[in-house]
Amino acid sequence: MVAEYGPLGVWGAIVALGVLTFGIRSSFIHLFGRIESVPDRAMNALQFVPPAVFAALTVPAFVAPEGSIAVVGNERLLAGLVAAAVTWYLDDVFATIVAGMATLWILRFGF
Amino acid sequence: MSRFRLPDEVRRGLRDVAPLLIGVAPFGLVAGAAAVDAGLTPLQAVGLSVVVFAGASQLAAIDLFGSNAELLVVVLTGVVINLRMLMYSASIAPHFRALRSAWKSLSAYVLTDQAYALSIARYTDAEAELDPRERRHYYIAVGFSLWAVWQCCTILGIVVGARVPDSWGLAFAVPLVFLSLLIPAITTKPKAIAALVGGSVAVAGDVFAVPLDLGLILGGLAGVAAGVVADALLATSTPKSDRGGGH
Repeated sequence: MVAEYGPLGVWGAIVALGVLTFGIRSSFIHLFGRIESVPDRAMNALQFVPPAVFAALTVPAFVAPEGSIAVVGNERLLAGLVAAAVTWYLDDVFATIVAGMATLWILRFGF
Repeated sequence: MSRFRLPDEVRRGLRDVAPLLIGVAPFGLVAGAAAVDAGLTPLQAVGLSVVVFAGASQLAAIDLFGSNAELLVVVLTGVVINLRMLMYSASIAPHFRALRSAWKSLSAYVLTDQAYALSIARYTDAEAELDPRERRHYYIAVGFSLWAVWQCCTILGIVVGARVPDSWGLAFAVPLVFLSLLIPAITTKPKAIAALVGGSVAVAGDVFAVPLDLGLILGGLAGVAAGVVADALLATSTPKSDRGGGH
């Protein structure tokens, strides 16, 4: 749990991430005029950050929730597949969360 | 009717952003609930939402905090996730050129996927032809509406999340949120390949216990590289070329 970081650790990480994120956001907004254009190749690569990163955040939580690939008896994989179908057809964050959590609870508590 | 009238572009921004606020709300609730679930104090959870104000990176950070990752890895992972905002910053910068420095900073602070998407659509609408003041009105109305809803929902999530038993597995809402971001982000074949490689490398990172929870960063970088290569290959494969693909 978080308690092991010590009192300043978590805050340090929050502030560091906040400052760096602000740097990313303000980069071109502040530098425009000094930097004329962004290299095309860099812009082209950045468009792949969302699919790559969101997949890296999603897939392990469904496929290997305990650190090894599990298919049989993996309630999260089934819940994830149901949620993926809901996202595909409805494209709605709330419906996706409800569908995924409900599936998990039905498998876990069996009501 | 009231005598005070909001500037036209403020009203327009509020009207355009309203449907998006409904989509942001559950995301904010999860950010609050998952933070206390991972062991952050309520103040730290609010601090994360106010200081960072970037949902995807917040949720990833919360996840890593919960599994006791190195703090440097927490920060680096968040930065990688937020790198996409470089693209938004570069794209919207010409429209903010006339703003004073303080307004630029404020605008940068509330630059999100949603604020960017709405504003760039408004600014490039040929019929609108906004002057710099109107652009500022529109952007600030959109950006701070999202900000206010995000903060309120984080707090609500903290209050609710603290009362939900552990056995409900509330932390599972985090990958569900990412799933709802992932699927609409896959719009082209190279992006699908980026997602496939990113997800596979991240799973491999977990299975082979890559040290320091670096699996996510490695997955992200590998996915981006795969997307760039696939993009180059697919672009050059139609007119037969002897080039060996992307660099």
